[in-house]
Amino acid sequence: MVGKDEKTYDVMEIRREFPILERQVNGHPLIYLDSAASSQKPRAVIESQREYLSHFHSNIHRGAHALATQATEAFEGSREIVREYFNASKSSEIVFTSGATDSINLVAGTWGRSNLKSDSTILLTRLEHHSNIVPWQILATEIGCNIEVVDVLSDGSLDLSDFNEKLSLKPSLVCFSHVSNALGSINDVKKLTSLAHHAGSVVLIDGSQATPHCQVDLQDIDCDFYAFSGHKMYGPTGIGVLYGKLDLLELMPPWRGGGEMISSVSFEEPTTFNIPPYKFEAGTPNISGVIGLAQAISWMKSVGVDKIAAHELALTDYAHKKLLRIEGLKIYGTAEHKAGVVSFLVDGTHPSDLGTLLDQLGVAVRTGSHCTEPLMKWLGISGTVRASFAAYTTFEEIDALVAGVERAIKMLR
Amino acid sequence: MNSTNKVNSRQDEVIEEFDMFSDWMEKYEHIIEIGKDLATMEEEDKVDENLIKGCQSRVWLSAKLNSEGEVIFSGDSDAIITKGLVALMIHILSGSQASEIAAVDLYFLEKIGLNQHLSPTRSNGLASMVKQMKMYGLVFSARS
Repeated sequence: MVGKDEKTYDVMEIRREFPILERQVNGHPLIYLDSAASSQKPRAVIESQREYLSHFHSNIHRGAHALATQATEAFEGSREIVREYFNASKSSEIVFTSGATDSINLVAGTWGRSNLKSDSTILLTRLEHHSNIVPWQILATEIGCNIEVVDVLSDGSLDLSDFNEKLSLKPSLVCFSHVSNALGSINDVKKLTSLAHHAGSVVLIDGSQATPHCQVDLQDIDCDFYAFSGHKMYGPTGIGVLYGKLDLLELMPPWRGGGEMISSVSFEEPTTFNIPPYKFEAGTPNISGVIGLAQAISWMKSVGVDKIAAHELALTDYAHKKLLRIEGLKIYGTAEHKAGVVSFLVDGTHPSDLGTLLDQLGVAVRTGSHCTEPLMKWLGISGTVRASFAAYTTFEEIDALVAGVERAIKMLR
Repeated sequence: MNSTNKVNSRQDEVIEEFDMFSDWMEKYEHIIEIGKDLATMEEEDKVDENLIKGCQSRVWLSAKLNSEGEVIFSGDSDAIITKGLVALMIHILSGSQASEIAAVDLYFLEKIGLNQHLSPTRSNGLASMVKQMKMYGLVFSARS
C-alpha cells in the first residue's frame, strides 16, 4: 500500500540514513514502532558525534587555545541553530538541559520556588507525562500550594470548557503538553496559552512529543516556557532544551551551582551569577549532545518537517483503519488532531503478552502505562500497546504490526 | 527421591520438553498452554499482599507449608505468558523442602533460554517471581 504522500516523500531513501534499521531482531528485520519513546538517529547525527570527539573536543567558554575556540563556536553556533529553528527571539532564551524532564525540574526549582506561595494554584492536565506532574507535586508539597487538573474528553482531547473553568481559579502557572505521549492528541497550544495569559497565568508547555512531528514557532505560541528533549527528535540522549522568555529567565534565581553559571566567587563579597542562558548551565555542558541536536535539526530541515508530518499523518490514518479491522481491538485516543501515535488494547489479551510476542517477531512497540498513570486510571485501564511512528516508518511496517497482532491474538485467546 | 533430586529431575524434564521447539514463538505457545492449565488460585489468596511488585501485569504468588514440611505454591497472573511462567516455576519448585528452594540452582532457565528474559527490566516479572519464591523458601526454612 502506498500513501498519497509517497510520491514526494521517498521513505526508502530516508531509511538508508538510519543504520540501525538494517539490523535484525530475534531473526526478523527490525520494525521499530517505538519512536515516541526515542527516535533512531540518522547518519548525520552519528557522524557529528564522531567528528566532534575525533577532531575538536575541548571544554568550552574558557580555554585560550584553538580547540576551545572551535568547540565554543560549535556549541554557541548550535544554540543559534536551535533558536532560529524554533523562532525564539534571542539565543539567550535557549537553555541547554539534559532533557525535557530536567527542563521542567529547572522551572519548578527556580521560577516555581521563587514565585509560588502557599495560596498559589498550579494547573496541570490529566494528559500529562509523569515528568510534567511529579516536579510540581514535589514543589507543591514543599511550599504547600494547590494543584488542579484539567479533564480529558473521551476521544483523548483536552476538555476546553473544563480548562476555561479551572482558569477562573487564577492559577499562577498552567502546564500542558503540546502532544500527548500516550494518546497522540495535539493540543491547540497557541489558544491554550492565550487563554491562560488572559487569566494572568505563566504558561509552561511540555513539547517532547511535538518537536519530532511539527514545526514549533515559539514566538507565535507565545508561551513563557517550552521544554523538549533531543533524543525524541533524531538527536542524542542526554540533551534537551528549556526555552524561557528572557525577562523571566533574568528574574529567576540560579538552580544548580558551579561552572559557567558563575560571574564571580568570593568568600568576602556575595558570589555573583552569569546572565541567561549561562546562569542555568552549571558545570561542563553536554557539548557533543548540543552539537548532535543541532545536526538533528539540520537533518529534519533538509527532509522538511512538513513532509515528515504529512507522512506520519498518513501512517496514523492507515494504522487506525487496518487495526480497527481486528475484532475486539479498541484504539485509545481518537482526537481529530493527532500525531504519530496509536495506543490500543485487544479484548481477551494483556498488553504485555502482545508486546512480548510482537518483540519475537521483530516488532518493537511499547506496552504499559507510558508514564501516564493518572491518564490510564481515568481511562479505566492499566496500560495499552503503543505503536509510534517517525520519518522512517513505512506502511509495510504497519502491515507487519497488524499481522503480528493477529498472530499473537490467535496464540493468546 | 530427595527434594533436590526431585527439583533437578523436573528441571531436566522441562529442558527436554523445550528442546522440541525450534523457535521462540513455539516456546511461547507452549508457555501459554502451561499457563492455561495452571490450577486456579483460591480467590482468598488473590489479595494485594500476594501481588509481586515490578511487573507490568498483575502477578499473585502465595506459599503454604504442608505437614511434611514441603512448600506448596499457588499463583496467577492477568497476562497469560506471565501466568505460564508462574506455572512453570510452580511446577519446578512446589512440593520441595523450604531449605532446598532457598538454595536452588535454577539451571533450566539458562538451558531453555529463559535467562535472557530474567533481567529485572523485563516486563514479564520472571526475575521478581524467582526472587519471591526463594524468599518464601528462606522464610519457611528459618521458621522450621
